[in-house]
Amino acid sequence: MQRPLLVSVFIVASCGLAYELIAGALASYLLGDSVMQFSTVIGVYLFAMGIGSWLSKHVVGNLLVRFIQIELLVGLLGGLSAGLLFLLFTLHAGPFRFALYGLVLLIGILVGLEIPLIMRILKREVAFKELVAQVLSFDYIGALAVSVLFPLLLAPHLGLVRSALLFGLLNALVAAWALWLFRAQIGALAVLRAQCVAVIALLAVGFGFAGTFVSLAEANLYNEDIVHAESSAYQRIVVTRWRDETRLYLNHNLQFSSRDEYRYHEALVHPGLAALPGARNVLVLGGGDGMAVREILKYPQVESITLVDLDPRMTELFSQSPLLRELNGGALASPKLRIVNADALQWLEASPETFDFVVADFPDPSNHSLGKLYSTAFYRLLKQHVAETGRIVVQATSPLYARESFWTVVATLEAAGWQTAPYHALVPSFGEWGFILASRREYRPPTTIPVATRFVTPDALPALFHFPADMARIPAEPNRLDNQNLVRVFEREWGRVQAP
Amino acid sequence: MGQGAGALMRRRDFLAATSAAAALAACGSKAAPPLPPGTLSGANDVLGHRLRRPDLPVPTETRRAAVAIVGGGIGGLSAAWKLARSGCDDFLLLEMESEAGGNSRAGRNEVSAHPLGAHYLPLPPREARATRQLLAELGVLQGDPDAAHPAYDEKYLCHAPQERLYTNGYWQEGLWPTLGVPATERAQYARFQDAVAGLRQRRDPAGRRAFALPLALSSRDPQLLALDRLTMRDWLLGEGYTAPGLFWLVDYACRDDYGTAATQTSAWAGLHYFACRDGEGQVLTAPEGNAWLARGLARAAAGRVLQNALVFRVEQGRKESVCDVYLAAENRSIRVIARELIWAAPQFLIPHVFAAQRPEWLAGIRGAEYAPWIVANLTLSAAPQTRAGQPLAWDNVLHDSAALGYVVATHQQLRYAPAPTVITWYRALHEETAGHQRQLLQSRDAWAAQVLADLARPHPEIRELATRIDIHRHAHAMIRPLPGRLWGGRRRDFERGGAGIQFAHADVSGLSLFEEANYRGVLAAERTLARLGVSFASSL
Repeated sequence: MQRPLLVSVFIVASCGLAYELIAGALASYLLGDSVMQFSTVIGVYLFAMGIGSWLSKHVVGNLLVRFIQIELLVGLLGGLSAGLLFLLFTLHAGPFRFALYGLVLLIGILVGLEIPLIMRILKREVAFKELVAQVLSFDYIGALAVSVLFPLLLAPHLGLVRSALLFGLLNALVAAWALWLFRAQIGALAVLRAQCVAVIALLAVGFGFAGTFVSLAEANLYNEDIVHAESSAYQRIVVTRWRDETRLYLNHNLQFSSRDEYRYHEALVHPGLAALPGARNVLVLGGGDGMAVREILKYPQVESITLVDLDPRMTELFSQSPLLRELNGGALASPKLRIVNADALQWLEASPETFDFVVADFPDPSNHSLGKLYSTAFYRLLKQHVAETGRIVVQATSPLYARESFWTVVATLEAAGWQTAPYHALVPSFGEWGFILASRREYRPPTTIPVATRFVTPDALPALFHFPADMARIPAEPNRLDNQNLVRVFEREWGRVQAP
Repeated sequence: MGQGAGALMRRRDFLAATSAAAALAACGSKAAPPLPPGTLSGANDVLGHRLRRPDLPVPTETRRAAVAIVGGGIGGLSAAWKLARSGCDDFLLLEMESEAGGNSRAGRNEVSAHPLGAHYLPLPPREARATRQLLAELGVLQGDPDAAHPAYDEKYLCHAPQERLYTNGYWQEGLWPTLGVPATERAQYARFQDAVAGLRQRRDPAGRRAFALPLALSSRDPQLLALDRLTMRDWLLGEGYTAPGLFWLVDYACRDDYGTAATQTSAWAGLHYFACRDGEGQVLTAPEGNAWLARGLARAAAGRVLQNALVFRVEQGRKESVCDVYLAAENRSIRVIARELIWAAPQFLIPHVFAAQRPEWLAGIRGAEYAPWIVANLTLSAAPQTRAGQPLAWDNVLHDSAALGYVVATHQQLRYAPAPTVITWYRALHEETAGHQRQLLQSRDAWAAQVLADLARPHPEIRELATRIDIHRHAHAMIRPLPGRLWGGRRRDFERGGAGIQFAHADVSGLSLFEEANYRGVLAAERTLARLGVSFASSL
């Protein structure tokens, strides 16, 4: 009797850890990549397990029957957890957090009950010191197995919804197995048997239809048709289309909408490049969608463009998909363009090249890794790659929603020895957005824009460089690698915007 | 599951068993996959221990130099650096290992360079003038080296996030345990911090700091020196401290800087750690640890270093010193005759090497202990995950561990994409004494298993991530600042040096710190230059 129960400890431990990881992953997947999400989910879960362990002393009667019932309940709740939460999020984001923590609490309590119960069952047969040693070792081994399998196999191949269902099934099967093994010691066999069958059937059907369900739910989430979705080595790439609007999401953050991306990319490129009639070599860092390259290609004097984007899937997708090629005007196929898939920092450290114009179009500084791309060290490194008369432009988040973040980037560029010219533009999908031009000498806005534009025109330019009182400069410390204050400021400011 | 029900249980296991590793290794022994490959390296103890057997070849060649430097750690390299900077090139540096650098050497593999020992330098205070000059020469300190707060190259300043502590299943920011610590205990933290801030500001009537770095520049106020007779733990108790988190942090600091528990560390040394610097905890570091500093010093000695060279006999004459040197690679010996000798090797070797023993030296060495260290470099296919709390930092410390945690070699790389990494795990054998080093002599596999067991608590996936585990062993890494050893008179004769001989090792200070070794090396070189009649500008 002892070995089967130890095997079930292993499975039960795996399942317990799996639900915790799934809830944590789901929360950070849906609510953003904040460390906060993951740690609060785990904290609540551990706390709930403590409650469960404490409550276990009140579980009396036939312990085997209680164990089987708890397994079925864990299987059902845990198995359906990801699907339920996903569905709820797509319907209404409001009560999502309550449901998330409620469910985590409930599953945690049930999981917390499991090990004490098993130990009490086994106590009749095994000496206590053996018992603790064996049960806890299997507990940890089970946890190890899942913690390794989850990121490597389960999350990428099965997805969260199906992984949860799979572990739910495992819990239910442990219940069924225990029922069969201990049938002699259990009274109300028929009722328990029916409960087992019902739970297993429900979870199995769920597993079969999970794929359809997820795409329905995801479509609901975006409120748009998903035309492409994949997980590359670096990020989740989703392209949606609704009527004539195409959108790109990376890790669920909107990157552009085809309705107004021209405003963003014209503002990114033309104020700087139109004032550099001699620009021949241009470097684009980030911007694998090719939209910035499309704008740069409008200048006939530009002879070569180098695009450095980390993710090869991004540049492939925007070179190959007809829909996306239409958006960037086939820019990624231009003979003037060289595509490099590399870490921009590493590439710049190794490259000897210099450029007349550099576009730094990176994701916002939401973590310490990305924060390096907005540091004094990075802007000093960039200086070695910019010609004497050259210029760079940096996308620098919203000066309205993240005012201190924006001016921190300005201060950082200045601390690295650049003269800056900050400006902003209204991109309806994003709101007021900020950019910074930096060069070794003073910048004067060009009096003409020599290429066709819809938004950035000579008469509109001066207004972009004027900051109304609510976005005006405030004191800010430069972002150095040894303090990375920008990451903290950015998290505080955007956290405030996103709070309900 | 493992995390929750486990955390409490595990701490109990930990206390019950002498080593957590043994417990974990025992329960996982059947299921455990084979260990990742790796090597065991360390001080060349085979060569070093030949000093005990007088069967080395008779010298067959004689070389002459104005100065012979015995030992190429930071002390010897600093002496060479100062001699060369002052235009004195007629010296030979004799190094037993295949490479100079001592505790500041590094390894390198396809993923990253990584430290084999010392891995960071706190921003040096004004008093550490030689160290600041070196940093200025290397371009890392920018502007005036004597400024109160000079600017440093961002590339070498430790990037954020700098440190985190794993406690109760959670990674918290900083090393002071704060998670779940009551306000009354945190008030003790604040009281301690105020007390050391006061000691940091304190100057004696001669303007000397209470605790200076180099320690030779410290106040000689008898009230302060008396602290050397207490242990750090007794000092804390005497001041009325009771907070477990404070005792943990102070003990961690003693183990980290001196390889010695707070129960054995001189209170003067323990307070020196907290009160000798002005920087806000900022440190300089690089993927290869402190090897870039050793390399910077060694540039000056280029062409004048003999490697794999074991000095096995020194005889001091009236006008010159004779060093017999065994060249291991050639299996022959040579004789080096020098007018001046700079002894920059650990002091415990003196009785084995000097032909005529001076009683005052032997008395100074008596009772000295050295802390052994184990340094493990783990090459990982990806950075370890953070399950709860603050993201991966440079220095990652485990609260419930006899080890000191790990630093991330790739932390200072300019890179934002995820990539393979090397982490360096440190363990000072603070509970072992020189006569009792069984643990130190464990096999590579035993250490690798122990490292994995320690790191598996915060990172259950560590075994799957590790593609290599290389163990580096330092049998005599650091002299221990035991009570009485700093200001009890034992260092006096080594500090003073003598006719034709100067001592340049950190052992002379009694604290195994870069700044001390650097100071002792430069001081020995300057005295030597004066004796040789070479003019120089002092770096001290």
